[in-house]
Amino acid sequence: MITVLETGPLATIQDAGRAGQAALGVPTSGACDAASYGLANRLVGNQPGAAALEITFGGLVLHADTDLTIAVTGAPCSGVPLNAPTLLRAGEVLRFGLPRSGLRTYLAVRGGIDVPAVLGSRSTDLLSGLGPAPLEAGTTLPVGRLCGPMPGVDLAPVADPAADTLRVQITPGPRRDWFTDAGWASLLSQTYAVSSNSNRVGVRLDGIPLERARDGELSSEGMALGAIQIPPSGLPVVFLADHPVTGGYPVIAYVSAASLAGCAQLRPGQGVRFSG
Amino acid sequence: MQILPAGDRALLVELDGLDEVLGYYTALLADPAPHAVDVVPAARTVLVTTAGSLDELRRHLMSVQPLTTAQSAGDLLEVPVIYDGADLADVASLLGCSPADVVERHTSEQWTVAFCGFAPGFGYLTGTADWNIPRRSSPRTKVPVGAVGLAGEFSGVYPRESPGGWQLIGRTDLQIFDQQRDPAALFHPGRRVRFIEAS
Repeated sequence: MITVLETGPLATIQDAGRAGQAALGVPTSGACDAASYGLANRLVGNQPGAAALEITFGGLVLHADTDLTIAVTGAPCSGVPLNAPTLLRAGEVLRFGLPRSGLRTYLAVRGGIDVPAVLGSRSTDLLSGLGPAPLEAGTTLPVGRLCGPMPGVDLAPVADPAADTLRVQITPGPRRDWFTDAGWASLLSQTYAVSSNSNRVGVRLDGIPLERARDGELSSEGMALGAIQIPPSGLPVVFLADHPVTGGYPVIAYVSAASLAGCAQLRPGQGVRFSG
Repeated sequence: MQILPAGDRALLVELDGLDEVLGYYTALLADPAPHAVDVVPAARTVLVTTAGSLDELRRHLMSVQPLTTAQSAGDLLEVPVIYDGADLADVASLLGCSPADVVERHTSEQWTVAFCGFAPGFGYLTGTADWNIPRRSSPRTKVPVGAVGLAGEFSGVYPRESPGGWQLIGRTDLQIFDQQRDPAALFHPGRRVRFIEAS
């Protein structure tokens, strides 16, 4: 068992999400930075899909009620061991300081966080209100048995998330033709700034509005992870894990799979440049 | 039919309208694309995400023939409704009839869940008659769970309390979405729905 003493700005339980139910209006949700989440589970020998904690901008303080094997990945917070399986003794307190770069840190516990699954997942979906509530001080977290052998790895060599302007690879989306060539060129040439309105639904970007080639409204259509939607403001929103199943604004481009984890680590004020 | 790009893990199939979307979606359920993860019908499109290659997905999507409306009709769900919605009188005047006529038209219509979205379990239901109801000019901040509404060509039931701009004509006690139940959602694309006046 683990007891939450302090939560920081936002800490949630996340796993691989609820894929396969989008036709019922159920978003996928799950860990925003799937790569860091997967690594944390592997480092403690967990089965893929075991639930972990997603810590937003540090600040989480945990008390180990029993001996635990843990791994911390993603945004490198001060005060905690990074990218390495670590034994936390019963009675010890783990304090996540501020990350030196990035936004989201993952804590996997050997065995997985064992809260009841909702629609096949233990993920907190902040848009739909599905899954467990965000962590609160006093929450106790049971630990499960979703693990196999330990991996025999002492330390995973992983680069820190980008601290300065992030380069994001994109491909044209289904509604590229709703924008002028000048609009497309503007998307690729400007340095956007991440807005403080960003959350698990999407990264909102501040910059110069994009020029549309046509007026009118789009019928709502399905959206996938990494969609870059352009609302009437002309400013992009990059969809993350809790994005809605459908949306009514044109998707000018999609983030390439290799750039998705980086987008989940963007923090307010950071720069973003898209490359086609 | 046109296949549009949607990133490294999905393709967007653009079709002529709701009937063709449902026919295509139903055909895809019967003959799923290998490695497909999610299939999301909407008003004019079907989005398919895949854990496999896009080339493989594209080949499969090209080969799918939409079923006819009759072939894609699903099973029937009956939804008991108490027609006491706050907007029933407004809807009646928009349609140029009495509130009782609205109830008669709503209960005699054959509705089909065209697609879901907005919230888990929220279905967009289409009928055969010419429903064209504008949304409320100012959306409500709180629509209660079970509220039955109309907007545009659609009817729907709010699966939980939420903000909403649909014209409310009644309410049902049927829990159309329950995350603890299997299946959680009673509305799924293709399902036929008949509203019944509850006594």
